Amino acid sequence: MQIYNKEQSFESPLIFVRDLEKKYVNDDVETPALQGVSFTIKSGEFVAIIGPSGSGKSTILHLLGFLDAPTGGEYKFEGKSASDYSEEEIAYIRNKKMGFVFQSFNLLARTTVFENVKLPLFYSDVPESKWNERAYQAIEAVGLSHRIHHESSQLSGGEKQRVAIARALVNDPQIIFADEPTGNLDSKSGQVVMDVIEHLSRKQKRTVVLITHETYTANYAERIITMLDGKIVSDGKVDERHNTSDSFKK
Amino acid sequence: MTLKHTFKTAITGLKTHRLRSSLTILGIVIGIAAIITVMALGEGAQNLILSQIQNIGPKLIAVVPGRQPKGPTDIFSLFADSLKQRDLELISRKSNVPHADKIMPVVFGNESLAFTNETYRATIFGVTEHFAKIYDLYPAEGRIFGEDEIKSYANVVIIGFKVKDELFGNDEALDQKIKIKGRNFKVIGILPKKGQFSFLNFDETAIIPYLTAQQYIFGIKYFHRIAVEADTEANVAETVEDIKTTLRNSHNITDPEKDDFFIETQVEAMETVSSVTDILTMFLAAVAAISLLVGGVGIMNIMLVSVTERTREIGLRKAIGATEKNILLQFLLEAMILTVTGGVIGIILGTSFSFLVSFILSKVLALNWAFVFPIEGAFFGLVVAAGVGLIFGLYPARQASRKNPIDALRYE
Repeated sequence: MQIYNKEQSFESPLIFVRDLEKKYVNDDVETPALQGVSFTIKSGEFVAIIGPSGSGKSTILHLLGFLDAPTGGEYKFEGKSASDYSEEEIAYIRNKKMGFVFQSFNLLARTTVFENVKLPLFYSDVPESKWNERAYQAIEAVGLSHRIHHESSQLSGGEKQRVAIARALVNDPQIIFADEPTGNLDSKSGQVVMDVIEHLSRKQKRTVVLITHETYTANYAERIITMLDGKIVSDGKVDERHNTSDSFKK
Repeated sequence: MTLKHTFKTAITGLKTHRLRSSLTILGIVIGIAAIITVMALGEGAQNLILSQIQNIGPKLIAVVPGRQPKGPTDIFSLFADSLKQRDLELISRKSNVPHADKIMPVVFGNESLAFTNETYRATIFGVTEHFAKIYDLYPAEGRIFGEDEIKSYANVVIIGFKVKDELFGNDEALDQKIKIKGRNFKVIGILPKKGQFSFLNFDETAIIPYLTAQQYIFGIKYFHRIAVEADTEANVAETVEDIKTTLRNSHNITDPEKDDFFIETQVEAMETVSSVTDILTMFLAAVAAISLLVGGVGIMNIMLVSVTERTREIGLRKAIGATEKNILLQFLLEAMILTVTGGVIGIILGTSFSFLVSFILSKVLALNWAFVFPIEGAFFGLVVAAGVGLIFGLYPARQASRKNPIDALRYE
């Protein structure tokens, strides 16, 4: 697969978050998931957001990926406030600029690897004549060319996750959001998946936001944001962070 | 997303639940099949009745006394004696009704016929010699009466096949005398076995000169009908108008609403029958359409289940760039593909079934019944099926399109 080198303007960060809040209301009970979070992510960064379960790390990813709406604060994507995007623009951004990798893979059942990877192309403006080529390239990039016509249910967990990554890559996004991508995998498969994600960052210079509760997974990143109880407790380069806390090390 | 791929996606969605999909469309299949059957058989029945009316002859015009019945109590109750000898003469004048070819007064009623010890109640027809040509009805034995015999009030009778059989059995009937209302009538002709003809059964009739019938049998001075045959089919309408004008002048009627007679033609009779059978067919089709409604609710039910089941799929599709419109269209198309497929199967089943019924009616019951493929019904069925899919698929599809992607992805 060719290497995509994204030129980004450094005037405004790709992601700008100020005092972001999210409250869930369930049966009239308010649960604060995020209580004023601020950070920026520049194009090309590989950021891991870590924290124990319930710390609000997944909520951040959902807000950044427009999958959910914040209840307070500000989120700017490419310099434009999230609330200013229309439903169609958001769909376009999710399709062309963002790639999602979920813990539970979310592949379509009874559908081949090839068709699963092609799925985002259906909703894109990429001409149909390029679809197959694009899908082949993405599948090759995650090393699954030999599994291309297998149904998703015939694959191992690690392979499924790599299909999900190929699907996230097929529209050549600027930013990859990975939500606990190794959470359902054994350590060996997890490592293969992390190697693929690292490649996307180091070699292809894509922005990667990785959510994890595993320190060894987070250590692939250049920068780690640590969350606890809906707040950021630390934010720094990997080697800096290593000196301050090892509390999540496996 | 192109329509083509939305379509493919919808098909794939349905294929993953083959059994469910096929059971879901059953309601639509039955509904459409019922509508098609009703419409096909309705059209067949209509054609059968119309062909009976056509037997009367397209050139024939019946002038009937009384007001055109507007309700059940009206029938022949007003001015039943309005057609008299004078009217017959006026209509017979070429200057009044130039295109009238044959004009025949008709009186009729039921009377007992007796021969020795046998009696039989038959319909007595008092007509002229024209009846043979007008009804295409010639005696198998003997002859018809002539103009002289009418004018001389001759007591002659032509009897139907069944009348002959009842009164005479296998014995010779010609030149025998039968008694009607105490008078002796000489049998001069015997009609061939004809069976039901239009709405009459000539087998059970006795035909006598109309003047004789008026004078001695019914004791009346008026006619029950005046049958007029136009010279050509094209002149029927003009002839009808001429007769109306002549009779209105004769009866001093200025307001057509107050006509004391009315005119029946084959065209009119056919229109009446058509409108009655059309209404009946539409009514039956509407009843059959209720099953479509039930089928539609079934579709909605299953689509709602499907939407809930595929919540994660919907969430994923949205996460990778599907708009609300994409999702709406996908599920709407699924519902419409279900109903239209059901519609097509229903049309095939309904057509086959009505063909079978037509076959049985024509071969086993020997009716003059032709199978008619209900093109209108098929078109109507398809449109209705697609409409049912659209209406009952819209709500589940909206539910699907409005799902919040993250709630959908978290759904277990």
